[in-house]
Amino acid sequence: MDFDLTADQKLFRATTREFLEKEMPLTRVRELASSGIGFESDWWKRGSELGWNAMTVDPAAGGDSISGEGLVDTCIVAEEMGRLVSPGPLLGTNLVAAALSGAASAADHAEVIAALMAGEAVASWAVYEPRHGWAPLAPEVQASPDGSGYVVTGVKDRVDSGDQADYFLVTAAAPDGLVQVIVPVAASGVTVTRQHSLDLVRRYARVDLDGVVVPGTDVVRPGGSAESAVNRQIQTAVALQCAETTGAIERVFEFTVQWAFDRYSFGRPLASYQALKHRFADMKLWLEACQATAGAAAHAAAQQADDADELASVAKSYVGQRATDLIQDCVQLHGGIGVTWEHDIHLYLRRATVNRAMFGTPSEHRRRLADILGI
Amino acid sequence: MTEHTIAVGTDLEDVESFRLRARAWLADNMPRLTPDEDGSMEAAFQRGDAIWPRARELQRLLYDGGFAGICFPKEYGGQGLTPAHQRAFNSECAGYEMPLVLNTPTFSICGATILDMASEEQKRQHLPAVIRGDEILVQFLSEPRGGSDLAGVTTRATRDGDVFILNGSKIWSSGAYAADYALCLTRTDWDAPKHRGMTMFLLKVHQPGIDIKRIKQINGNNEFCQEFFDDVVVPASAVVGEVNGGWAVASRQLFHERNAVGGGSPYVSGGGGPPRRGPGTAALIEAVQGVGLADDVYVRELVAEAHALSRVQQQLIARVTEGMRTQQLPPPAAAILRLFGGQAATRIAEINLEVLGSQAVVGDQDHDLEYGRGFLMRQAGSLGGGSTEMARNIISERVLGMPREFAADRDVPFSQVRQGR
Repeated sequence: MDFDLTADQKLFRATTREFLEKEMPLTRVRELASSGIGFESDWWKRGSELGWNAMTVDPAAGGDSISGEGLVDTCIVAEEMGRLVSPGPLLGTNLVAAALSGAASAADHAEVIAALMAGEAVASWAVYEPRHGWAPLAPEVQASPDGSGYVVTGVKDRVDSGDQADYFLVTAAAPDGLVQVIVPVAASGVTVTRQHSLDLVRRYARVDLDGVVVPGTDVVRPGGSAESAVNRQIQTAVALQCAETTGAIERVFEFTVQWAFDRYSFGRPLASYQALKHRFADMKLWLEACQATAGAAAHAAAQQADDADELASVAKSYVGQRATDLIQDCVQLHGGIGVTWEHDIHLYLRRATVNRAMFGTPSEHRRRLADILGI
Repeated sequence: MTEHTIAVGTDLEDVESFRLRARAWLADNMPRLTPDEDGSMEAAFQRGDAIWPRARELQRLLYDGGFAGICFPKEYGGQGLTPAHQRAFNSECAGYEMPLVLNTPTFSICGATILDMASEEQKRQHLPAVIRGDEILVQFLSEPRGGSDLAGVTTRATRDGDVFILNGSKIWSSGAYAADYALCLTRTDWDAPKHRGMTMFLLKVHQPGIDIKRIKQINGNNEFCQEFFDDVVVPASAVVGEVNGGWAVASRQLFHERNAVGGGSPYVSGGGGPPRRGPGTAALIEAVQGVGLADDVYVRELVAEAHALSRVQQQLIARVTEGMRTQQLPPPAAAILRLFGGQAATRIAEINLEVLGSQAVVGDQDHDLEYGRGFLMRQAGSLGGGSTEMARNIISERVLGMPREFAADRDVPFSQVRQGR
């Protein structure tokens, strides 16, 4: 978490934490996992009443941030969700609502934006395609001009909350360049197939788009104007994802330090062994550095700073790697219990592993960073 | 201890107007580096001992222009401004020849410690001279008997009326040959447990009884020194803090040292950022392009990793500094910066060698071996300013509150502590 939160942000954090601890403790997360439910719509609606989906939305479209940096405020929610490995479509819904409200066509999307803010509808960023790694600017999904809109054909997969989403933000290749459109799940030609996920409650789906007719009013970025929008979306996705991951490792580190004080071997606490103390020192370093770089990426994206693209890839390349390093080390320090289903640490490891791999691996972001640096 | 708080006043010059004033003044007054001239400290050291008188001249220029000692209080010759003003100034200094060699230890460690711990008279005697560039300071802390166990110092100071007589030896003091005064930690009570029998002096470096030898490092640098004290006479007025209260002064000094080495000191001026070993990422990118490796995916990833580490280091410095300022992190958290600095330097030295490969170890000119030499000196970043092992002890014990390591010399009269087998 940031060391420079305002009083209002601190209050918001406390409110969100209280809500999540009461409504979505880890016992509840496990129940959802075993009953095959990603998240409950009613729960999502009540969370949305706290403002979870309104802060990244442009004020002109009805958005309302706490600090003036709506993405930073939303990262507070993401961190709290990371601390409890919460389910829910926070990232996709905020990313899409922000993208719709920031487009020139925002007025056309007013109803969707309102529904997303209220938690009545869920949206997802459909960015991956089968058999491809992280290539958000090189889609194979095709958009053929059709009146003022397009006909969209192709396949997206690894779509976050895909089986519970009402809308997909789709990037496609049109004759005049990259376009973005909003596709309702109910549209003719859309087929959603659930995929398997390492995370127990964050679910993914494959979305087949077979000649889906997109009217002009559902075009978000027309021909050739989508690239800068996609880059902003990458900034948003990475900021929210890294915030969630840092929340997760903050919590894992807390309970592992506590374990080191409570657990005795050879008549002394684990925390008294220098070999282990030094590992905790390294982990504290990684934790602070993850928080520093995740926070910097969020601020840069919120302020649309010149180095926002660069800082997104800096943050993801660092946090993706170090978060899983930290949790695996904590598994080791727990001993055998650390690799059991019963212990909660695997819930965190799952989330951090999925976050590390999705929306660009550390390696993919280093390659992107090399491009940005003009090497 | 009269711990000094950095200015946060509201009547200060606005940071942006200060920045513009600094920009204009620098353009009119400071010597510019030519495009192919490297302004880094490493490059300056390669120009030899002349670096020191040159630094004094440059500092005097800054002082006359009202840009010296930006975060030092006005009553001691500084500008009484905030770290934000200092950062603004630092960002304007690129391309100018700056007295970077005075940053550490003179300003960021010794000057900062004097400000926090010395008497009013000592502050008035030394700080304005330091900020004018008239006085260069050095640390006499480590001894040949060991660096990490600092509180085990055996340099002896014996009281004789109004003076103390010093005997012993200090080592790893950077630039001692060119310095004027040293913060010198000695033992004055051998019957007290080790932390309670030390005294800190502000010692005149060039005086009868002090012999200084220079130490050559594997990269050719010979800034490190060892000093030998043979019945050195020091007036009692040179004691900093209390007699036998030297550990309190040294602790503050170590805090400032960790902060300086980690890159978080507000007293570092002219270059900003942490001290680094070897050239930065921009230079590495140029080198990679120069040898035709820029299209190699593996090389590109490694260079990006080095760049990301440098950025994360800056971000971490900003975060931990803010955390300590607002007391959300305790002062020993400066060790987090120190540890990151050491680890990042290690990784970057490794990347440099990996990327440039054979071209870093054999070349037409000596200059071509810069990255290779950087690799030879790799561990220096994890040793100087306190080893990373000590930083890990500090983080685990004083940030995370884990039990202290067993010490055989705790609460034992120092004269009874074993000093070797």
